[in-house]
Amino acid sequence: MAQKPMLPELLKAHGVSRRGFLKYCASLTSLMALPPMLAPKVAHALENAPRPSVIWLSFQECTGCTEAITRSSAPTIEDLIFNAISLDYHHTLQAASGHAAEAAREAAMKDHWGEYLLIVDGSIPVDNPEYSCIAGISNLDMLKETAEGAAAIVAVGTCAAFGGIPHAFPNPTGAQAVGDIITDKPIINVPGCPPIPIVMTSVLAHFLTFGLPELDDLGRPKAFFGETIHDRCYRRPFYDKGLFAEAFDDEGAREGWCLYKLGCKGPTTRSVCATVKWNDGTSFPIQSGHPCLGCTEPDFWDNGGFYKPLSAPAGNYRQLGLAAAAGGVALGVAGGALSKATKSRAAKAHETVDAHDLEKKS
Amino acid sequence: MTATLERGLNALREQIDAPVASFFTSCVSCGICAEACLFYKETGDPEYTPIHKLELMRRMWSNEYTLLGRAKSLLGLGKKITDDDLTRWETLVYDSCTMCGRCTMVCPVGNDITMMIRKMREGMSASGHGPKELVGAAERHTDGTSPMGDLTQALLKRVEQASKVTGIEIEVDKPNVDYMLMLSSHEIASGEEMIASVAKIMKKAGHSWTISTEGFEATNVGIQLGNRDVAANLVSRIVDAAIKLKVKTVISPECGHAFQAIRWEGPNLIGKEYPFEVKHIIEVLDQFRAEGKLTTNGKNGDRLTFHDPCQVNRRGGINKEPRRLMNMVAENFIETEDAGTMNWCCSGGGGVGANQRANDLQAKAFNIKKRQIEAVAPDAIVTMCAFCHSTLEDQLEANEMDDIEVLSLTEMMAEYLDD
Amino acid sequence: MTNNQYFDLLMWARTTGFDIALTIMVGGILLRVIEIVVLGRKKDFAKAKGSPVTQGIKTIFSRSVPRKGTMKEAPVTYIGGYIFHIGFFVAFLFLGAHIALIKDLIGLSWPDFNKAVIETAVALAIVAAAALAYTRFTDPVRRRLTGWSDWFVLIVSVLPLITGYIAVNKVFGVDGTLWMAIHILSAELLMVSFPFTKLMHAVTFAMARYYNGSIQGRKGAES
Repeated sequence: MAQKPMLPELLKAHGVSRRGFLKYCASLTSLMALPPMLAPKVAHALENAPRPSVIWLSFQECTGCTEAITRSSAPTIEDLIFNAISLDYHHTLQAASGHAAEAAREAAMKDHWGEYLLIVDGSIPVDNPEYSCIAGISNLDMLKETAEGAAAIVAVGTCAAFGGIPHAFPNPTGAQAVGDIITDKPIINVPGCPPIPIVMTSVLAHFLTFGLPELDDLGRPKAFFGETIHDRCYRRPFYDKGLFAEAFDDEGAREGWCLYKLGCKGPTTRSVCATVKWNDGTSFPIQSGHPCLGCTEPDFWDNGGFYKPLSAPAGNYRQLGLAAAAGGVALGVAGGALSKATKSRAAKAHETVDAHDLEKKS
Repeated sequence: MTATLERGLNALREQIDAPVASFFTSCVSCGICAEACLFYKETGDPEYTPIHKLELMRRMWSNEYTLLGRAKSLLGLGKKITDDDLTRWETLVYDSCTMCGRCTMVCPVGNDITMMIRKMREGMSASGHGPKELVGAAERHTDGTSPMGDLTQALLKRVEQASKVTGIEIEVDKPNVDYMLMLSSHEIASGEEMIASVAKIMKKAGHSWTISTEGFEATNVGIQLGNRDVAANLVSRIVDAAIKLKVKTVISPECGHAFQAIRWEGPNLIGKEYPFEVKHIIEVLDQFRAEGKLTTNGKNGDRLTFHDPCQVNRRGGINKEPRRLMNMVAENFIETEDAGTMNWCCSGGGGVGANQRANDLQAKAFNIKKRQIEAVAPDAIVTMCAFCHSTLEDQLEANEMDDIEVLSLTEMMAEYLDD
Repeated sequence: MTNNQYFDLLMWARTTGFDIALTIMVGGILLRVIEIVVLGRKKDFAKAKGSPVTQGIKTIFSRSVPRKGTMKEAPVTYIGGYIFHIGFFVAFLFLGAHIALIKDLIGLSWPDFNKAVIETAVALAIVAAAALAYTRFTDPVRRRLTGWSDWFVLIVSVLPLITGYIAVNKVFGVDGTLWMAIHILSAELLMVSFPFTKLMHAVTFAMARYYNGSIQGRKGAES
């Protein structure tokens, strides 16, 4: 493998000042919820990063995650960080194709066995592995084989992290998340559809500098998935005041009120969308007037409909309610009939008495 | 025939209907009915909480009239009603309830507790748990013409006396008259004043009237005892007499439960509408007043207050009429606290006054009425129920307050008639 | 590991749980109401003095106001009862999330209350329920009448208030999802218990008041 330039040289080559780089390190530090005094350490670590070999596998996915991370036409520090690693295999980005590409992967695996970082986007069809193959190798086999020599795995995007859209009902391919298949390696889930680019690079930066970040129950770095969008949403005051958009074109929507009633999943969705935002902090879905879909959460596609409020029932209550009503009426009539029968039996059994019959005579 | 538990339970079973079911379903045990009850108010004993007095009936409803209760009974979980239970509840249902109806007025969910007590007494009496005095009265009335035995001769004597006193001819058993007067045995026993008063008023108003020797007793112990067979027998005597004489209107006299019996329960006891009208004497007087047939001269200058009989006002719908009449003849009319619809019971209604076992309890329960009377310090109390009348007299005497006189409104109206 | 168990619980509560609860509640209420109505009542042959129907309907509403002078007889029960009912219904009917639920169910919608108003109502309702519970312990009449089912009903009706407050305010840390699920489940417990407990009074009070009013109304008496 040819020696690639170190990060400082790359930055210089792309016209990024040292000052700009340190500023970026400071924001990364805060984004990763590290103490500010660690910023110089982050900068130092990035400058001297060992540039581990990275293998990126894409399975059942839409390339949205890759698009997101490489989205900018002008180079940014994020994609430089990305460039700073030794990306040895990424079948969308690499120039090589066919057997040469696979050879690159095999070579990287062999050269860095036990040390390389495996990034996966897309889910893996398990019901029938042949649904998705690369160079004749099923995703399942490729994942298992590649994971075996990996130091750690980053599951990028909701498909890799939780199964995502391929996993949505009725899940025709039997799609599974990386974590469902590989259980003996550290896995960092970076869900999102796609994840926020800076979140992806920050996770990589954290991995490069301090190793594995602290993860939540779903394997997500707590720094980015610790709080709900709702708690950080700039529209939250409207929720508290009881001011809601009821339709996409009503007064409330124009006034920028809370989108809860339009199905916003902010309250149950953990992500930094509302603070970090997208496109260099330009906006995020709620800001542009659309409810959060909850894409960083498992099964977000199947959680009762994007436009159904979180508090609304999402089952078959309408049909069941009718059946219940019919059942209730039937039982009521049956019970009533029994009661009527009891009563008429009592009426028949009535002994017409006289005042002299009102004492117990033994 | 002998009274049996099964007969009692069956009678209770017959009483359960949609209102009862809705009442028991709605009760949330808030306990507000207790504060409306004179027995709880004056003793502070939670046993006297009105809805608690109905526990056995509630159990019957739950066990036999709900699907869930039936399922429970099938599994052997439903608590059955035993004769011991009935014995235990006997005092609650008869001794500590005058069926005054205050609880019915305050229940937040609208339960007619009083009506349910009336129904529960059906089960109690049929199973031999009616108080012996009430049963005795029922026997005497069934065999004779009144709960005091045969009062026909006494009645005829009073009619004669009244005729003499007033100089007005009174013809008994006269057909095709406007009004047929009933009397309570108290009124017959105590003197001829009531008959005389009615004679004067009728003469003044220009209406024909009579008293039937075949159906003159207004009281109906079947109502207090809670036995519809007995009550129906007694009511039908009046109905038959009124039909026989082809009267237009039957007058229910100054008696509370008699009015309930003849006016509201009677048609249902015999299962058909009457071909005549029934009016309480005070309704008749108020109607005469409105028609200008009843004019008075002079007023009583004493400090007078009015006692509302529960069965006539709260449970009978006669509230404004007596007040309009009072204002005609009372110079100095003062109402007690809670007067009118929420008036407190005299403590003797619903058979309690006749029930010796309840004497001490009744004396205690009278205290609330006593305090209210004391607060207005009247010279006399006017009322429109002979039983309230005698209860008030007795209780005032027992409390050394017998300087306060008790008067009948009808008699008072007759006294001030403008001749 | 690919699912958030709290979210799964929330989804269960919103789907299967709600379906079960609604089925039992709707079916159960109809069963209980029909069971009552079918029992019927005998035709009343007494000539009416007043209007039974009009007064029956009037009493459904008028009985919501305590009769003069009775409030002071049982202040805790009356005032606590009012505050609890009003607080419960303010929270139930005027929180945006609940309005969204109702709109989804029956298509009707109305303006929301401020969170501060809702939370005040909830806090007051909880305090009122505590006061009502206290009288059930200490007052002899209430103690005499109170059975396990009364306690059950009291607890089941306060739970949604408490869990809802916790869910909205994240009292126990940031996991709103779990508490949202618990809140919905507690409401479903209320729904399931409804037809089989005294909670039924919320439906049958209207029947009871109507009967009371019509019985009294026929006599021309007040009710």
